[in-house]
Amino acid sequence: MAVVETRNLTKIFKRGNVGAVNNVDLQSREGEFLVLLGPSGSGKTTLLRMIAGLEEPTSGEILIGGRVVNDLTPRERGIAMVFQSYALYPHLTVYNNIVFPLKAQGVPKAKQKTQAEWAASLLGIQHLFGRKPRELSGGERQRVALARAIVREPSLFLLDEPLSNLDAKLRASAREELEQFQKRIGTTAIYVTHDQVEAMAMGDRIVVMSQGVVRQIGTPADVYDEPADTFVATFLGSPPMNILAADDVLVGFRPEHFLPPGFAGRAGENVAFQFRITHSEYLGAERILYGLIEGGAFGGRKAISRIPSTHAEGLDDGGVSTFHVAESDLKFFDPATERRTTPRRIATP
Amino acid sequence: MRRGWFGRLVMWGVRIVFAVILAFPFYWMLITTFKRNTDLNNLENNPFLFNERPTLEHLRLLFHETMFPRWVLNTAFAGLVVVIITLLLAVPAAYALARLTGNWGAQLGIGVFLTYLIPPTLLFIPLSKVVALLGLQDSLWSIIIVYPSFTIPFSTWLLMGFFKSIPKDLDDAAMVDGLTRWGAFVKLMIPMSLSGILTVVIFSFTLVTQEFVYALTFIASAAHQTVGVGVPTFLVRGDVYYWGSLMAACLITSVPIGILYNLFLDRFIEGFTVGAVK
Amino acid sequence: MRRQRWLGPAMFMPAILYIVALVGVPFFMAFFYSLTDAKVGSTTYHFVGLHNFVDVLRNPTFRRSLQNSFVFTICSQILVLIGANILALALKDAFPGRRFLRFLILLPWVAPVSIGSLGWKWILDSLYSVISWVGVQLHIFHKFDTPMWLGEPKLAMMSVILVHTWHMLPFATVIILAGLTAIPKDIPEAAAVDGAGFFRTLFQITIPMMLPIINVAVLFGAIFTFTDMTVIYILTRGGPYDTTQVIPSEAFFTGVLGSDLAEGATISIFLVPLLVVAAYFMLRTAHRAEVT
Repeated sequence: MAVVETRNLTKIFKRGNVGAVNNVDLQSREGEFLVLLGPSGSGKTTLLRMIAGLEEPTSGEILIGGRVVNDLTPRERGIAMVFQSYALYPHLTVYNNIVFPLKAQGVPKAKQKTQAEWAASLLGIQHLFGRKPRELSGGERQRVALARAIVREPSLFLLDEPLSNLDAKLRASAREELEQFQKRIGTTAIYVTHDQVEAMAMGDRIVVMSQGVVRQIGTPADVYDEPADTFVATFLGSPPMNILAADDVLVGFRPEHFLPPGFAGRAGENVAFQFRITHSEYLGAERILYGLIEGGAFGGRKAISRIPSTHAEGLDDGGVSTFHVAESDLKFFDPATERRTTPRRIATP
Repeated sequence: MRRGWFGRLVMWGVRIVFAVILAFPFYWMLITTFKRNTDLNNLENNPFLFNERPTLEHLRLLFHETMFPRWVLNTAFAGLVVVIITLLLAVPAAYALARLTGNWGAQLGIGVFLTYLIPPTLLFIPLSKVVALLGLQDSLWSIIIVYPSFTIPFSTWLLMGFFKSIPKDLDDAAMVDGLTRWGAFVKLMIPMSLSGILTVVIFSFTLVTQEFVYALTFIASAAHQTVGVGVPTFLVRGDVYYWGSLMAACLITSVPIGILYNLFLDRFIEGFTVGAVK
Repeated sequence: MRRQRWLGPAMFMPAILYIVALVGVPFFMAFFYSLTDAKVGSTTYHFVGLHNFVDVLRNPTFRRSLQNSFVFTICSQILVLIGANILALALKDAFPGRRFLRFLILLPWVAPVSIGSLGWKWILDSLYSVISWVGVQLHIFHKFDTPMWLGEPKLAMMSVILVHTWHMLPFATVIILAGLTAIPKDIPEAAAVDGAGFFRTLFQITIPMMLPIINVAVLFGAIFTFTDMTVIYILTRGGPYDTTQVIPSEAFFTGVLGSDLAEGATISIFLVPLLVVAAYFMLRTAHRAEVT
């Protein structure tokens, strides 16, 4: 049984406007780490807040553990949430923050203590019990927020960009830690982020959203390698997938699959392009080449190639070389719907 | 957040009950203003209704046979001069305390604000002596001189907050571009904080209209009074209350001031809550 | 940069001097007068030491005023605080007509207090009081024996307290409202997700978080109430039999109408301790604002 399910869920903030969330159907699996990924304004946070009960759906249903919860208040849904700002209660100590949900449920004092100690030990923050939130570092605050969320062993864990307030260095380690932590406690989690690296690294499955619509649901490999449409193709990956327009089709391929002569890619048939490099960026381990395709159906289109720096010899600005892409790495999209379409042969010079 | 119908009902109940109680006297002023005396003085009548035809007699009496128009003019004149004095002194002071003096400028600013808390009821006795020494007793000028003693502290405090919210880089850029410090203040800071200055103008003016104790103490004759004191003390002849005219005067005075004040109230509250809202 | 050194003081000195001349000097003059036998008309005076203080403290009217001042301030502040918290909660969320309702609710504060009090004097009139009329209609009062709202000691005190509460309530409400809206939206949401209901959120989260600002509201409210005489002057003039006399009005009647500068000043000096306490808390709040 799905822990969380949404059926045709829609949220329209202002009558007459486009919905912030439109007809979303979603099913999470037991113990899964489900990531909602999308740019700002894609509706991912609104979707999460509707699941939490902080936002009322305009239409559609939300089910938690098989039960429709539309009319339940947040407190009746038995969920836990970690907010972007952590929303720690500033006037309460770390201990009192952690036991707050237990107090609200009327858990006996002794049980509160053992639960709080259990939650804190999982996160290694017992020594912070006496402090106030303002005396904590960003990483410590995040742990306190997590401890407060798990302390009553919820059936569902909602996380709203919990890493976005950490600095870049801390974020990588916090990401790994959070992922390990979720695996260990095995609680289903729904995690909202706009950061594709976080989504790829942590998610069991990723829900890619844009403009309130689910574009694709799949494992990280699915959404990266087999994007359902041009939005997913260009939103994931940096630099984004090259999308070249021919007369009746859009052809996409990843920059790392667009390879210079003498660089063996995937086995199988290759498609060759004449590529004029206009400029390049040296990024240490790799080099990004920007240029134009010459001749053929895609003549004059811009493309990007990403290659290891060790293979960049002889690829100077202004030069023209024959680059190739394995045929299996070419993705085809319908120019009208921008959705994936059947592969076909393409003419090259 | 979700709130049930019961919660919503309670919220509306609270809003309406409070609004009715708080606004009731003003509604009562309005009703009384247009009622005939025979209607007002008949205990058999339902006081909420017009039992006789409404009348403009009270308004006529107020404007033609009392000094009410004179008091309005007095108040407006005093308000105007107080506003000018306040601006001339408070605007440069606020800028200097916000920008030109370091930490002790901030301390001095707090000190200035604290003087706002010293009430008229502590100062009116010695000030009446000061007023007498200046030969201003029973003159409108007595309050014109004294009122800036409370409009300046609050205005300086408000404007300090305003100037502090303007990035320092702007002054620096202006001076790099060739203005002097004074030039930056006059040509850049004053135009940029016009809304703050407008707030100060409104407040100084409304504070003048609201003040009661000093005007009551320093001014003895009706001709020199302000509205706030003149209406409740001189409009009453002996023990006879002309309630119709009195309430008309109350209504005419309070509602415009109320509207003016209300427009700028949020800024005023900011002045009080600096530091406490975080 | 050399010019800056005098520009700063030159810009703030006029304001400071004005305040010193009209607040600082009279403040000390008040202390000075309290040690003399100065009268309004005469220019000569003698030092009498603490004689005035002894006199004042022996005066039953003064002791009565002191007590009344505390009753007046504490009662009205408690009512204001409860009312303002409830009202602020009801005004926090957006709803249709909010601006207009806010205007109505603010009127008692923004209209001149002497004028508002005069409105109440009419509402509480001994003969034509609308409240009495409603009471008679509901058969609570007898027709020719309605309460003398401002004429009986207990009722008069209650009336001035309620009218002052009416005047101060909007001010406290907007200050508390400012504190309420300054609480990040996340916090009550987190409390809701954590399972807290309306009252738990209110008493364990919202009110504790607003304590600093509630302190500010109480502080200003207490000062404005303890030192104000307008409501009482208009409604009762301290009567009946000084039962609503407070320190400020007693100082006014003694020092200004009674021409006894020295004793009037002495009475008003009793306002100072409260001001000192208030100033201390103000400074603490301001200091904390700079630290965080």
